[in-house]
Amino acid sequence: MTFWHHIAGHLPFEWAQFVFMQNALLAILLIAPLFALIGCLVISNQMTFFSDAIGHAALTGIAIGVLAGLADPLWAMLGFAAVLAVLVSVLRRYSSASTDTIIGLIMALAVALGVVLLSRGGGFARYSSYLIGDLLTIRPFEILRLVLLLALVAGVWLVFFNQLFFTGLNRSLARARGFPVWRLETFFAVLVAMVVTITIPWVGLLVINALLIVPAAAARNLARSMSAYVLLAIIISALSGILGLISSFYWSTATGATIVLWAIGFFILSLVFRQR
Amino acid sequence: MLFNFHRTANAAKTSCGGCCTRLVNFGVRLNGVAILEAINLHVHCGELTVLLGPNGAGKTTLFRAMLGELPYSGQLQFIHAESEERFIHPRIGYVPQKLDIDALAPVTVMDLLTGALAQRPVWLGHSRALRAQAGKMLAAVKAQDLLDQRIGQLSCGQLQRTLLALALMPVPDLLLLDEPVSGVDPAGIDLFYHMVSELRRMYDLSILLVSHDIPTAARFADRMVFLNRTILCDGTPREVLAGPCIRQTFGVDLANVGLSQIENQAARVCQHETCENQTGCRP
Repeated sequence: MTFWHHIAGHLPFEWAQFVFMQNALLAILLIAPLFALIGCLVISNQMTFFSDAIGHAALTGIAIGVLAGLADPLWAMLGFAAVLAVLVSVLRRYSSASTDTIIGLIMALAVALGVVLLSRGGGFARYSSYLIGDLLTIRPFEILRLVLLLALVAGVWLVFFNQLFFTGLNRSLARARGFPVWRLETFFAVLVAMVVTITIPWVGLLVINALLIVPAAAARNLARSMSAYVLLAIIISALSGILGLISSFYWSTATGATIVLWAIGFFILSLVFRQR
Repeated sequence: MLFNFHRTANAAKTSCGGCCTRLVNFGVRLNGVAILEAINLHVHCGELTVLLGPNGAGKTTLFRAMLGELPYSGQLQFIHAESEERFIHPRIGYVPQKLDIDALAPVTVMDLLTGALAQRPVWLGHSRALRAQAGKMLAAVKAQDLLDQRIGQLSCGQLQRTLLALALMPVPDLLLLDEPVSGVDPAGIDLFYHMVSELRRMYDLSILLVSHDIPTAARFADRMVFLNRTILCDGTPREVLAGPCIRQTFGVDLANVGLSQIENQAARVCQHETCENQTGCRP
């Protein structure tokens, strides 16, 4: 960390002199590729609604953590999100209702239950930081957590990316090739749930899905192959992250939402230069 | 395991033993409703079997159950010629009707093929060896120029041939083709059927093909099976087209067109080649 602070402190910008901004910048440089990698597959496997639901479901996870008396509700949130991800997968497999309906119902349940539990006695305002997130308060040990998470996702991607990608193209075809489709999808759902849940305190659950989806969606407009798709998503994600962080510093706005606005800007640009 | 090519070494299993895929009292129930029941079907190696039936007859359900995607009752066996060994799960090559992607998806043919064949993530680029391998696969279905095309830009026929190339690597015991020629122009349909016929002979493949195109199917099929919840008619195209199934469901005219196609085809084959049994695999 001291090494990073040394480098970042020498950046010729006013904002780069603050330690909290240096931390936030490092966090952004970790979150951006993490979200881009996941977002590309979330979009091509048509799971955008699912990842949105997982983000909102964190409310109930927080509530469970608070009720259990945990100082940091992260573990309760992670556990709850993982259970929910598996539940959606199971229901998708064994129920004849459409996936959207199932996810919509579960999201409604998780949000309502979370709000009810957290608002008991009128204390919901205490938890509103989870809605908006605060990247500027990130601490070094939390950055280490992000490093580990990025390493985990990168590792998983090296082994399973092709199978997950192929499953998104056509499930029957993937199954015919011997890929364990259901296990892959469940595994991916749990992974998305973990990543979303761990990053919620800094990004905010209201906009977290946008951060996951928008850079990948912009990249999809421009790319003609998978490699271009993923690399562009990483670049767009990092650019919006850095620009969003700096402008939120000068505008005194919530960082997560500001980043999303930049990402949307890139998306609109991508529409203009879209490959036909 | 980087590549999944181990079966290609014995690709040229040319002998016409009595290998076959067998469905014994095969059935599928979904939510308590019998979609398919009491299906007994032997598909012999080197035989092109065309599966016909009205919409909702359970053709796609049959395929999905055979692929292991739906639970089924009864048995699915694959019996090898030499050893009489029985395998519960034959190696199945599957050509779906379409992919679940939009026209703008950033997926090239190369991405599609390597996504199935290699473990190195497709977005990290493709090795030269893999490109050569993919090129060879495409050349086998006369689609070698498509390697760097986006999937969304392909015509229906091109996409089907690409998917066929994928289904043949590694060479399967049984090839399932789900309405492969819907949306393909007549020349493309002919090309596709010729290719499939050729592959069947070359690799001694069992092929099950779902089709609504009775005239073309009649020209190329060794056997026709009419399915509606269970197998109602089963025999040579001539027998099935002359029977009641096709006439009642699709009309007498269509059945007659199919029959005349068979006569034309027979005449053409006899002009150019000897008239012996081409498939030669029936016991």
